[in-house]
Amino acid sequence: MSRKNASLSRRQFITGAAAAVAGVTVAPGVFLMRSAEEKTAEGVRWGLLIDSNRCGDCNACVTACHAENGVHGMDRPRTDAQWIRKVDLRDPGTGHTRSLPVMCQHCENPPCADVCPTGASFRREDGIVLVDKHTCIGCRYCMMACPYKARSFIHEPLAGQAAHAPRGKGTVESCTLCVHRIDRGEGTTACVEACHELGNGAMTFGDLNDPDSAISRELAEHGGSAIRADLGLNPGVRYQGI
Amino acid sequence: MTAKPQLRALDGQSRGYYALLGVLLAAIGFGLLAAALKSAHGHHITGMDNQIVWGLPHVFAIFLIVAASGALNVASIASVFGRRIYKPLAPLSGLLAVALLAGGLAILVLDLGRPDRLVVAMTHYNFKSIFAWNIFLYTGFMVIVLVYLWFLMERRMNAHAPAVGMVAFVWRLVLTTGTGAIFGFLIAREAYDAAILAPLFIAMSFALGLAVFLLVMLTAYHWTGRPLGDLILRRLKNLLAVFVAAVLYFVVVYHLTNLYATRLHGVEAFLLVSGGIYPLLFWGVQILLGSLVPLVMLFHPVWSRSRRVIAAASGLVILGGLAQLYVIIIGGQAYPMDMFPGYEVSSSFHDGVVAPYTPTLVEFLLGIGGVGLALFLVAVAVRFLHFLPVSLADHKVDPHHSAGSATETAPAGG
Repeated sequence: MSRKNASLSRRQFITGAAAAVAGVTVAPGVFLMRSAEEKTAEGVRWGLLIDSNRCGDCNACVTACHAENGVHGMDRPRTDAQWIRKVDLRDPGTGHTRSLPVMCQHCENPPCADVCPTGASFRREDGIVLVDKHTCIGCRYCMMACPYKARSFIHEPLAGQAAHAPRGKGTVESCTLCVHRIDRGEGTTACVEACHELGNGAMTFGDLNDPDSAISRELAEHGGSAIRADLGLNPGVRYQGI
Repeated sequence: MTAKPQLRALDGQSRGYYALLGVLLAAIGFGLLAAALKSAHGHHITGMDNQIVWGLPHVFAIFLIVAASGALNVASIASVFGRRIYKPLAPLSGLLAVALLAGGLAILVLDLGRPDRLVVAMTHYNFKSIFAWNIFLYTGFMVIVLVYLWFLMERRMNAHAPAVGMVAFVWRLVLTTGTGAIFGFLIAREAYDAAILAPLFIAMSFALGLAVFLLVMLTAYHWTGRPLGDLILRRLKNLLAVFVAAVLYFVVVYHLTNLYATRLHGVEAFLLVSGGIYPLLFWGVQILLGSLVPLVMLFHPVWSRSRRVIAAASGLVILGGLAQLYVIIIGGQAYPMDMFPGYEVSSSFHDGVVAPYTPTLVEFLLGIGGVGLALFLVAVAVRFLHFLPVSLADHKVDPHHSAGSATETAPAGG
């Protein structure tokens, strides 16, 4: 009899302990998710429009982005992270050249998030594609999958990070669309700000879902296209003049 | 006599055996050292970078994983297709499958940017990810094959072995499909994004797994002096040749399909003609040394009777497989992505140019560590458990084999 009681109570203990462990495991996820949802504005799709006809030789967007997010090079071009880069295009038939910035295109159907085994790569409700630095295991499958070469892997220990942009050795990162600014309600990104202040005013940030936003009106009036539109990923970054 | 095949552990007292264990332990040690260095300094001490994100460790890892599922061939032929002659070798086949998979997975895990987060990979799943499926496929394979081995070796469970063998066979086909799909599902890169990569990987697994199996079997019987008949060897070497031909078939179809599409002419020219090391590895090592030469060796009426020739052919198939994976994995990344079709592209992030890659010693040692781990597991298991048949002499494996040709049976030296 006492044996039976003992085994029962043991079972109850194990069940209770299992429930507690499950609770402790699941709860942070639930609460983190809820707080993230609270910050994400409903029905919004943040995006960028880049007019390559205006974009010139300057590098203001790149400098501003990397300063804003604490992305410092180690003078190792092959392994240094680049959240945004200037790409120069030349039409071999006509010799016509142009230059434009390329960063994470914040796809509606992001291949990086599809292939990520742990779900560390994900798309927020407002269209921003991010890497959860706590669950990225550094497998780099997202880098294999991204058709825009938008992601970088951190190849060495880092120091001097920006508080709002955690970075860590052995994880993958990319443009966050200055999510810290968006969540503070600032309504612009470091690259767009710099482009208007120091560059040629070729970049526009805004809500693609709001027909009255500047970005939507510009797209409605003059059109825009996506890089690798054939892939059907519906990126949030659009270009004019390519 | 249709006596049950006698399986017995090796004596394993010889100096040679301990020397082998020593070498394999050293390999594992080098692998761990490489992993520790990478963990301390980050991946910049390797040849991998933001362009070539998967390198030599992945060639080794995927080789071992693909070979693992193929190493189960012999057991599958015995249990699924009912060929009794292969039955005595089924336990060794299952053992190799588990060991090779363990070696491959060890490399993959230790090459992660955050290997310490392995537990995250086991608690957070994105079920749209083929990688996440593979985590289940790999661990499931290991469990199924271990159960299969248990059923094979536990007399009371023998009757259920064929059923588990069938599950293992289907599972391994799915597993290799999953491994091929890691690349087949990648829309971004022109060398990938092809459904045929899945059956290609299955064919590769058949060939590479059997080549590894043959080498291990020949070595084990040679070193222990246990009798190994020509009957089973002849069948296995013919099978290897068929598998090598099957791989060639899929390689030809893959490239012909790509060559037909104008948009893929660039990447094909790169891999087959102008890409430096990649065409060299493709034509010289994968096709010539790794496929055509072994085919001649394995089908030649006189040469193929020699065990040295069979062993050499198996070694060449393995070499060819490594070259093939190098071309697929690294060549596929080295060719620039076509983000702006019709334009010449350049940037500080190496857009539009072929990415150079030179593997470093660290990556090589990590790969060797995985191979060492796989072989160490095999060496220890055959020493302490009853995996190896005491005799594979012709009259033992096939009781109906005519007594006359039994004279061919000799210790596996010649």
